[in-house]
Amino acid sequence: MTTTAPDPRLDDAVVPAAPRTHLPSRDADAPPAQPRTSLGRMSPDELFVRAGSWVAGLGLAWLITQRLLPLTGLPWFLVVWFCSGLLVTVVATAMTGTAVEVRDRVAAAVVTAAALFVGAALVSVVVYVAVKGWRPVLNLNFFLDDMSGVGPKDPFDEGGIRHAIVGSLIQIGIAVAITLPLGVGTAVFMTEVGGRFARVVRTIVEAMTALPSIVAGLFIYTVWILALGQPRSGFAAALALSVMMLPIIARAADVVLRVVPGGLREASLALGASRWRTVWHVVLPTARPGLATALILGVARGIGETSPVLLTSGAADFTKLNPFDGSMNSLPLFIFGGVRSGNAIAIQRAYGAALVLLVLVLVLFVVARLLARQRSTGRRPRRPGRAPRPARPARRSLRPSRRTR
Amino acid sequence: MTTTTPDLDADGVEVDVKPRAISRRTTGSDRVFVYGARTIGASVLVITGGVGLFLGWQARPTLERYGLRFFLEQQWSPDTDVVGIAAVLVGTFQVALVAMVIAFPLALLTALYISEYAPERIRSTLVSLVDLMAAVPSVIYGLWGALLIMPHAADLAIWFDRHLGWLPIFAVPGGRADSPLPALSQYGFSAFCAGIPVSMMVMPMACAVMRQVFSQTPPGEKEAALALGATRWGVVRAVVLPFGRGGIIGGTMLALGRALGETIAVLLILSPAFEIKWSLTEKGGNTVSALIAGQFNEATASQLSALLAAGFVLFLITLLINTLAATVVNRSRSGAETG
Repeated sequence: MTTTAPDPRLDDAVVPAAPRTHLPSRDADAPPAQPRTSLGRMSPDELFVRAGSWVAGLGLAWLITQRLLPLTGLPWFLVVWFCSGLLVTVVATAMTGTAVEVRDRVAAAVVTAAALFVGAALVSVVVYVAVKGWRPVLNLNFFLDDMSGVGPKDPFDEGGIRHAIVGSLIQIGIAVAITLPLGVGTAVFMTEVGGRFARVVRTIVEAMTALPSIVAGLFIYTVWILALGQPRSGFAAALALSVMMLPIIARAADVVLRVVPGGLREASLALGASRWRTVWHVVLPTARPGLATALILGVARGIGETSPVLLTSGAADFTKLNPFDGSMNSLPLFIFGGVRSGNAIAIQRAYGAALVLLVLVLVLFVVARLLARQRSTGRRPRRPGRAPRPARPARRSLRPSRRTR
Repeated sequence: MTTTTPDLDADGVEVDVKPRAISRRTTGSDRVFVYGARTIGASVLVITGGVGLFLGWQARPTLERYGLRFFLEQQWSPDTDVVGIAAVLVGTFQVALVAMVIAFPLALLTALYISEYAPERIRSTLVSLVDLMAAVPSVIYGLWGALLIMPHAADLAIWFDRHLGWLPIFAVPGGRADSPLPALSQYGFSAFCAGIPVSMMVMPMACAVMRQVFSQTPPGEKEAALALGATRWGVVRAVVLPFGRGGIIGGTMLALGRALGETIAVLLILSPAFEIKWSLTEKGGNTVSALIAGQFNEATASQLSALLAAGFVLFLITLLINTLAATVVNRSRSGAETG
């Protein structure tokens, strides 16, 4: 790397002395190096510095918040703990290590703290809804009845949210039936066929992901309900959801399909497969987990989206199975209506519905994840006590997404 | 298995072999596939493009009638024929700004944690959790923000007013932060309070995109950095972040687009007011989407056109942001790699 021959063009210029590599001098009297117990793991020293810094930080935080400064409350305590822990980490690391190590530790601490914070936020959302909404959910009639003939102030053993659950499922079902084939088909067109027209489509689809959901609802409201004179209905709501979800799913699927290695496509085509077979047997299976994620994100956004539904479906109090027949309630709309009503019982019912919606989303989500995983790993049950199976490199290379997930 | 030799003439003289004509024109089932895919693409183009064109077409009468006043007027009172979106637009950006200031660092750091720092065993669980966060309905975040977070956010707003009150964005005119028990009602229901649940809504979207891109970092480059003596943070800074730059920007823009259009949480928290406020923590404000949700029901045809015009302006803004983001992402290395 270090060239000593001076550049002939720079004869007159002052050539700085090339940096030399130098060998470490060995100390003959030094004790033999301790062999490391393992390469990846931290040494006891490191472990002590890392964990000990945070324990010290905890103590400092107690001292500062409880004895020195008038900072009461758990949030302040956590903030001070984080700051003082970080400070102690910096000092402790700087005593033995270099600036590079200090930066590494600080970065690790900040990154981990942010992830913990996000996790705490998620837990607080779930726990809050569960604590507020468990009362009405305990009654079975909450799931089996609807609100027809039930006043908002009636006790929890009357009435329920069957109409909202059914309405939500029907609306999202129609929306998925419209958007999934169109969205994935468009993504296939954009990645596999290509050409100038595909670029136009991609530009427009990407542009339309910018469409705010309320504007999608307003579009359907203006066209379907006002201009075409259709009543507010579950179908109109499903259309609004589709308009909102279609670009999202198409774009997400496009991103996923684009990262399928081109080598796989070429291999399939070189083996004589037609382009359709290549897409169906190579490209889509490779991208299946990513496609499932795209669909999940689209559905999850659709099922909880209140604003387009607010404009297009209207809220009915009774169960309705025909999406074309007048107004139809859905879970988000029911929640919104309940909270807006200002009535304590109705608000509690809304929390109950929110809990149901959350659980519904969770179940859909887990099912989709399991489906995606099962397909992609070829139904191999993974149990902890088993000997690892021999790796199959040929198949492995087909699934780059597994390694990264 | 026997290999077949090319046909030679009995005399051993090679037959005149013409090279096969190579054509890139698709035939047979390939052709059906191409046309089928093109049809789907065209139909989606018509649907999505149609929405945009329709909005523009509907917004035209309003824009023609009010002209530039539509963008400069703060009041929205169709009864007195004064309609403008200046205050509403500013409010929209304030809420989105608060949301992004909170969401961007959290999304970036969480994505880094999942892809680089988390133990291998829990990584896929964490990915699922982030996706789950994206799946939590916006109305639930709205409830959470309005009833659980807002009192604390108001406390924080009081603290900001006391200590950072010289910054116009934290000053609350009329709010008496120095009194021993300041009125929470003056510090709640603000753009700041509305931005917090919105940030929780958009954070997982940004995080999912960033994580996906980070996880595609070529392992060879990471290993090269490690072999050169880089620490974990060194790998992140020198390899992962530059590689994922497109994903960071793209994910952030996607989140910003959603933050600008978020309705329900804002509708639940922000108390409607039609004036430009420099303070983020002062009670009251409005956003375009909350305006639409609040006004569409009793709107006449001309008011509906005004609402559609407001929606169209919002759409154009998010469109601009998204287009910029798409350009950045398409130019980045993580765009179209063949492994």
